[in-house]
Amino acid sequence: MAQPILRCVEVSKRFGGVHALERVSFELHRGEVLALAGDNGAGKSTLIKTISGVHQPDEGEILYDGEPVRFANPRAARERGIETIYQDLALADNLDVGENVFLGREPETRFLGLLPRLDRAAMRRAAHEVLETLDIDIPARKLNQPVRNLSGGQRQAVAIGRAIYWKAELLIMDEPTAALGVPEQRKVRELIQRLKRQNVAIIFISHNLQDIFAVADRILVLRRGIKAGERRPHETSGDEIVKLMVGG
Amino acid sequence: MPPSTSTIAATGADTEPRRHPALAFLMAAWPWLFLVLLLAFFELWARAAFSTSFLLNPYNLKSIALFAALPLLLGLGQTFVIIAGGIDLSVGFVMGLAAVVMARAMQVLTPVDPALALAAGLIAAFAAGIVPGLINGTLISRLGVPAFIGTLGMYGVARGVGFLSAGGTTVPVNNPLLFVMGNGTVLGIPIPVLVTVLVVLGMHWTLGQTRFGQYTYAIGGNRTAAIRAGINVRRHTLYLYMISSACAAVAGMLYTARFSAGAAQAGEPLLLDSIAAVVIGGASLFGGSGTIAGTVIGALIIAVIQYGLVFINVEPFWQFVAVGIVIIVSVLIDQSRHRLTGEKKEEG
Repeated sequence: MAQPILRCVEVSKRFGGVHALERVSFELHRGEVLALAGDNGAGKSTLIKTISGVHQPDEGEILYDGEPVRFANPRAARERGIETIYQDLALADNLDVGENVFLGREPETRFLGLLPRLDRAAMRRAAHEVLETLDIDIPARKLNQPVRNLSGGQRQAVAIGRAIYWKAELLIMDEPTAALGVPEQRKVRELIQRLKRQNVAIIFISHNLQDIFAVADRILVLRRGIKAGERRPHETSGDEIVKLMVGG
Repeated sequence: MPPSTSTIAATGADTEPRRHPALAFLMAAWPWLFLVLLLAFFELWARAAFSTSFLLNPYNLKSIALFAALPLLLGLGQTFVIIAGGIDLSVGFVMGLAAVVMARAMQVLTPVDPALALAAGLIAAFAAGIVPGLINGTLISRLGVPAFIGTLGMYGVARGVGFLSAGGTTVPVNNPLLFVMGNGTVLGIPIPVLVTVLVVLGMHWTLGQTRFGQYTYAIGGNRTAAIRAGINVRRHTLYLYMISSACAAVAGMLYTARFSAGAAQAGEPLLLDSIAAVVIGGASLFGGSGTIAGTVIGALIIAVIQYGLVFINVEPFWQFVAVGIVIIVSVLIDQSRHRLTGEKKEEG
C-alpha cells in the first residue's frame, strides 16, 4: 500500500499535570475515513488540534506525507492541505457562498489599473464550480444571499466546499452532523463518501454510532487520552465500541 | 442513479424561510421612501404656506447639504465601526478636539504666513484626531475593553483635552484661506460639501469593493470565523477606530474652516446624528450589515428634518424630538424586518 498521508507516532500532549494524550499512534491513508470516538474528555479534540497545528505535541512525532512536521499554527497546517471544519461551522452568516469560500483569501483585480477591487465574478464562478464538483445543489438565487438563509446541511456543505476549494488533502471534521436534522445528517454522510472517492483523507469526531458505522473505514477509540482500540466497522459492533469508550 | 450520488438539495418548504418579497423590498427601501415623503411634505407646505418652492430653491438645497456634511462625515467612520460590531462614542469630541487644535496652530502661524498656517493647521488637526483613534483601537483590540466603555472614556478625555486646549472658550482664527476653505464654492457647490462627497466616494469603494471592506463585514458577522480564516482581526479593528477618528478630524477641520473658529463642543450634538444616520441607513447595531449609501440617506433624512423644521418655523428644539423618534422607529423596523420577512435573525 502507498505511504500513509498521516502517521502519528506515540504522540503525547499534557496540560499542566493532565495527560490529555498519552502515546497515541495511528495512521491514515488517502481516501480513507477515520472516525474518532470517545467519551467527553477522552482527548478527541486535543488530538485533532494537535494534528491541525493548534497544539504542538510534547512528545512523539507526526509525519505528513512521510515527512516529520511540526506546525506552529493552524495556518501552517492549512498551507500543507490540512483543513479543519469546526462544529460551529466557521462561516460568516452575513456573507454569501462565494464570499465565505474565499474568506481571508479574496482575489482582487485592479479597477482601471489603479483601484483594488474584489473579483466578485471569479468568486461566484469558483463557488459554483466547487459546489458542482461536490454535487451540492444550492439554488442559484441563494448563491448570492447571506448563508444564514441556507439550511444547516447546505451550510455544512459550504464549509466543506471551502476546504476542498483550497485543496484540502486531509479534512478534519468536528461533529459534522451534530447540529443537523436526520435527513441532513444523511446528506452530509453522502458528502463524506463522495470526498473519500475523490481521494481526500478524512478524520471525523462523532458521538453518533450510526454515522460512524455508515462512513468510517476505521474507528479509533480514545479513553482518558489513551488509545483504547482501533477497529474496522465490519469486525466490531456498537456494543464493543461503547465498551471501549467507557472502559470496563 | 445509486442513492449515494444523490445531491444535497434545497430541503423544501420546512427549512425554506417564509418570505414576503414585497414587504422585504419595502423594509429595505424605506429610508429612500421616507426621504422622498419628507421632501414632498416640505414642498407642499412651502407652496401652501409661503407660495414658494422648497426643492427648487438652491439656497435650501445648499443649506441641507451643509447641514448634512459634518454628521455624515462622523457617520462614515461610524458605519465601518458599527458593521464590525463596535461603536465609537468619542467621535463628537474628537471632532471638537481636532477643530480646537487646528485653530490654535493657525492662530500662532497665521501672522507668519497664512498658507503655511493652513497647512500646519490641517496636519495638526489630523494628528490630534488620529491619536484618540489609535488609543480606542488599542484598548478595544489588544486589551479587550468593550467598545462602548473604551470610546465613552475617550469621549470624556477628548472633551476635557479639547476644552483645556481652547482655554474654555472658542478659538477664533482670522485667515482668508481658511475662510475660503469653509465658505467658498466650486461650480456653486460649497467646498465642505465637496470634501464630504470625496470622502463618501472613497469610503463607499473601500467598504463595497475591497478586501478591507469584506473583512469589516466578516468580523461583524462572525468574529471567530474571521480569525480562523486568517484575518488579522486585531489589526483590522485598530484600523477601524483610526478611520473613525480620521473622519472626525476631517469634520473638525471643516468646522473650523466654516466658522473661522475652533470649539471643543463643535461635535457634541453630532454624535447622536452620526449614529442615527448609520442606523436609519439600515445598519444593525449587532454588526454585520450596513452600507455607505444607507448612511448618506440617513444623514440626508436628518438634515432635511432639521432644516425643514426651521424652514416652517417650528421651534428648533423639536428637531431633537423628531430625530430621536426617527432613530427609534428605524431600529423597530430593523427588528421587525427579521420577523416579517422570515429572514433568520443573527444570534446575539
